[in-house]
Amino acid sequence: MGGTIRFLLDGQVQEAAGVDPTATLLEHLRGPLRRTGTKEGCAEGDCGSCTVLVGELTTGDDLAAVRWRAVNSCIQFLPMLDGKAVMTVESLACEGAGGGCAGKPHPVQQAMIDKHGSQCGFCTPGIVMSLYGRAVGACGAGAPVEDVLAGNLCRCTGYGPILEAAREVVREAAPDVAAPLRAIQRETMLSVAYDDPIRGVVRRWLAPRCLSKLAAAAEANPDAAFVAGATDVGLWVTKLRKPPQILIDIGRVPELKAITRAGDALRIGAGVRYVDALETLAGRYPSLGDMMRRLGSTQVRNSGTIGGNIANGSPIGDMPPALIALGATLVLRRGEQVREIPLEDFFVAYGQQDRQPGEFVEAVIVPRGPEGQIFKVYKLSKRFDQDISAVCAAFAITVVDGVVSAARIAFGGMAGTPKRASACEAALVGQAWTRQIVEAAAARLDEDYTPLSDMRASAAYRATTARNLLIRAFLESAQPGVATSVLAEAAYG
Amino acid sequence: MADSGASLNVTPFQGVHASVPHDSALRHVTGTAIYVDDLPEPPGTLHVHLGMSTKAHARIVSMNLDAVRAAPGVVCVLTAADIPGENDVSPVIHDDKLFADGEVYCVGQSLFAVAATSIAAARAAAAKAVVDYEDLPAAITIADAAAADLKIEASQRMARGDAQAALAAAPNRIQGRHAIGGQDHFYLEGQASLATPREEGDVHVWCSTQHPSEVQHLVANVLGRPSHAVIVEVRRMGGGFGGKETQASLFAAAAALVAVKTGRPAKCRPDRDEDMVMTGKRHDFEVGYDVGFDDEGRLLGIKLELASRCGATTDLSPAINDRAMFHVDNTYYLPAVEIVSHRYRTHTVSNTAFRGFGGPQGMAAIERVMDAVAQATGLDPLEVRRRNLYGDGGRNLTPYYQVVEDNVAPQLIEDLARSCDYDARQRAVDAFNAANPILKKGLALTPVKFGISFTTTHLNQAGALVHLYADGSIMLNHGGTEMGQGLYIKVAQVAAEAFQVPLDRVKITATTTDKVPNTSATAASSGADLNGMAVLDAANTLKARLVEFAAGKWGVPAEEVAFTPEGVRIGAELVGFGQLCRAAHIGRISLSATGFYATPKITYDRKTHRGRPFYYFAYGAACSEVVIDTLTGETKVLRADILHDVGRSLNPAIDLGQVEGGFIQGMGWLTTEELVYDAKGVLKTHAPSTYKIPTAGDRPRVLNVALWEPGRNAEPTIHRSKAVGEPPLMLGISVFSAITRAVAAAGEHRVMPNLDAPATPEAVLMAVEDVRRRADG
Repeated sequence: MGGTIRFLLDGQVQEAAGVDPTATLLEHLRGPLRRTGTKEGCAEGDCGSCTVLVGELTTGDDLAAVRWRAVNSCIQFLPMLDGKAVMTVESLACEGAGGGCAGKPHPVQQAMIDKHGSQCGFCTPGIVMSLYGRAVGACGAGAPVEDVLAGNLCRCTGYGPILEAAREVVREAAPDVAAPLRAIQRETMLSVAYDDPIRGVVRRWLAPRCLSKLAAAAEANPDAAFVAGATDVGLWVTKLRKPPQILIDIGRVPELKAITRAGDALRIGAGVRYVDALETLAGRYPSLGDMMRRLGSTQVRNSGTIGGNIANGSPIGDMPPALIALGATLVLRRGEQVREIPLEDFFVAYGQQDRQPGEFVEAVIVPRGPEGQIFKVYKLSKRFDQDISAVCAAFAITVVDGVVSAARIAFGGMAGTPKRASACEAALVGQAWTRQIVEAAAARLDEDYTPLSDMRASAAYRATTARNLLIRAFLESAQPGVATSVLAEAAYG
Repeated sequence: MADSGASLNVTPFQGVHASVPHDSALRHVTGTAIYVDDLPEPPGTLHVHLGMSTKAHARIVSMNLDAVRAAPGVVCVLTAADIPGENDVSPVIHDDKLFADGEVYCVGQSLFAVAATSIAAARAAAAKAVVDYEDLPAAITIADAAAADLKIEASQRMARGDAQAALAAAPNRIQGRHAIGGQDHFYLEGQASLATPREEGDVHVWCSTQHPSEVQHLVANVLGRPSHAVIVEVRRMGGGFGGKETQASLFAAAAALVAVKTGRPAKCRPDRDEDMVMTGKRHDFEVGYDVGFDDEGRLLGIKLELASRCGATTDLSPAINDRAMFHVDNTYYLPAVEIVSHRYRTHTVSNTAFRGFGGPQGMAAIERVMDAVAQATGLDPLEVRRRNLYGDGGRNLTPYYQVVEDNVAPQLIEDLARSCDYDARQRAVDAFNAANPILKKGLALTPVKFGISFTTTHLNQAGALVHLYADGSIMLNHGGTEMGQGLYIKVAQVAAEAFQVPLDRVKITATTTDKVPNTSATAASSGADLNGMAVLDAANTLKARLVEFAAGKWGVPAEEVAFTPEGVRIGAELVGFGQLCRAAHIGRISLSATGFYATPKITYDRKTHRGRPFYYFAYGAACSEVVIDTLTGETKVLRADILHDVGRSLNPAIDLGQVEGGFIQGMGWLTTEELVYDAKGVLKTHAPSTYKIPTAGDRPRVLNVALWEPGRNAEPTIHRSKAVGEPPLMLGISVFSAITRAVAAAGEHRVMPNLDAPATPEAVLMAVEDVRRRADG
């Protein structure tokens, strides 16, 4: 059984044996299972045509509950579905007819018909699944509907009819799959080995079920790639076409899936998905919450993890600047050895992190800022939703009696790593919090960064907006009457 | 068809003018609508991957494919030398090669095909190719090509009156330039073809294309076979937008060639990145203008110079650039005008048809001029637009000497200005800008006049084949293809109306080249106009036969036979439609007929650029309000109001969908959608992660869309409707003008912003900073 992946599809247990562990759920649905309703639009998690719902038993006390999440099946590796339930667009007509496969459309589907919500129809199954997720209270699906649908591109309709259909969605219960799901939970680690005839290697997937087993697997396989939500590693396979030979799934390790309080600080396990951290973080840091709602899409936030956003070392990850500004520390583990470093020290250089072979990110610890701390996070991108930042800025500035007593400023997109702005910080600390001082400090950012030009933005745009975002932070704290957000204007306009 | 209209409160008979849902709506939402890649793969299907050039312009010194052939899973590898017919997949000029032959002319050009047992195996194998290039000089940008004088054809000149003299005499004169970016189609379903071999080396190709006949002819030509050896079938596309007019042939031909060579079914479906790298896009343009006007903002003379990036081959660029010239007047009378159009050849993927077909770029140019004249005169931009509209008293002649006979723009614009409360909102925007140092708003109302007909006159024809079965059910075949625009349901409504039968009597079939031959592309917004008329022609033939038969059999005068929703009235008797068909069949009457339509009145002389290229014009107008952030350039569209003329709509729900979708697509073109090529001609924005089409959140919170109530086509088109596919895209220009206005507000309206399209946050911010520098200086 060890190599056989088992998941639930419309109440039936599906078994997949002898499969490439980097085969995606989408490939499996469209290929062996001939469920072609789910479409491939981009194979990188950016268009949502492949959206399906994945249900899993909640960990902890309530083992009877199943949590459903809309995800992009194009970048879900098949072993990630082991022990979970899947619903596709084909599942709905059955559900809508009260369990019998009468082929009657589900109310969500009927609303899409009534409102003329499909034209070419190719994105439609994914949109139906996102809306169905809203109907059954899936993770993150209670947000404003534009946000819920931010990960579902439609090129035909202009979205109006789809938003109208969304207004018709009424809450209902998802099918109860807790019992059959419990029946396919495994006690031991899933381990898949696959002889790849194309590349002539044996590819392995290991899914340890506790922290110590994970540490052991990591030490034994120092070259392994770690997979949490696969929103990045998925693209190594579907885009770079460089599937790792050994993959370690950290998504089955309960110790990594928890957000705990360590004194006043939050300890976020490396396997915590954005969606599961969003509410807590937004509660403490509203500006970070605003940014996170634009990070990826519902589907991406339902899969991707904060730990993964840090561990992959990307210079354009959106979480590191905010976490660095907040003074977060990173917990790394190798075997039984645990060390804790300031997050900014993890990012050594482009493509290089302070992570030893066999070591992995276990958690990030986010301290609570001092009373009166101004904390602002800004994300600039060509498009508001689901776009990688040209510049991501985070400012944590403490002002006491009109004087800056502490400043931690970090940017993404401005250097080869997420990086602090030391010269700018130095120009602020000890100075009055005034427009004049702020403008002088903003000019010092040119010493901190030498940004590059790429397809997202020019160096000049990055440098200019970096300065301007500090001014925005100042205005928002010192002159709250001045409107600075086009998004807020659009909401009330 | 049985699914349509179930929830609508209409009579069982739904003919034209009813808001019937898309014929595939139920199948779309349940995931049962079948696209090419969803077809069951016949046993032994091979997967075809195309090896691509990594160079923009180079001689191929050598291409060693031994390792590709030896790779696991590979069944065959084909190059130019393996083509039995002509190495050509181009629509007109025979300059698009299926496989490169000695030289490459753009990055992403197809070099060879590898067919393997899986697509993963094919891709991995292709990576083993060893290609040795010798670089040749490459022109990537318009400027590069202009410097090297590389063109796909001679520059074209269209003129009326003496623009030079008018400019010299004008009391006011401004010059400017404007760059307009390209656009990727980003159809959600990428290109896809599945070819199955048949007897005698024939082949059947299921292809996602807007132009099955052309794919058929090109595949046959590649195979060195007559057209009758190839059947091309397309049930539906997951979006086309012009991107599947000529661009499908490459993939269809590769699949067909593999199928014929191996005797096995073969599928060629590039992934998103391959698709975006290998297929053409909307042309980017650079526009120079020199305009003279009086103190009231009335244009006196204008010279426009249009330059476009055509890419490496000709494709449809001549007609696209012609259409740009045809639309620089938009709704405005240009008293003395000269338009010069340069069609530059670059070593980038060959640009192609895209909704509007050059028209949007031409229209964006003149709207820019209107904004510049408003800026120069200090007049409200809408007032400047009003004063320049086509009108009576000689002010109705286009630069190409077609008389504008159906000018509804003035009335439509006033209707919109009133309904969107333009004047009050312009004042509110000014007040907002006075009170806000960081955010600035802009409001703009721009019109659309779009010429309907292929400007290549012979393309304006269509055929249909209609079968009546003896039970009274109807099988409908025509040359138009369904890409989501609702053509099939509209044509079915035409047929249902003709026979006065419920829509579920009418079966809509896949478009297939063995049913209706020699069809034109479903393009130029012409689908319903042409195919609706062809189907009506066939229906009328059949009705005439039935009437004659009924009159004879029932012994009544022909005038006493009438098709009604209740049945066929024959004298005093009411006979079911099926009953009549059965009787006619027994009476040995042919129940199958072809239909044909050729658009009347049109004629055009391309040498002089004079004539009547368009049967009629479609009109619309949009008013958009935006807010920009002068610290970051971030922009939101707050509200848009749209009024669009579709004549007497064949299907208002479908038409509204076209209007709204077109607007958002046009907005995307001019705001977030940016194509970035690097200096070596490599496209850096080749997937949704880097190429940003609008999301649900980009749709303005307030979007009021309405079909213009008085609309009625002045020409006898199919039920007096108007084409709707392309024109609404250009409603998006209002967003660009509004952003321009907001940028100008950042400089107290003292100078005209140097804002190019797309107005990305970066473009907006740079324009704001530039405006402030110049306003202060």
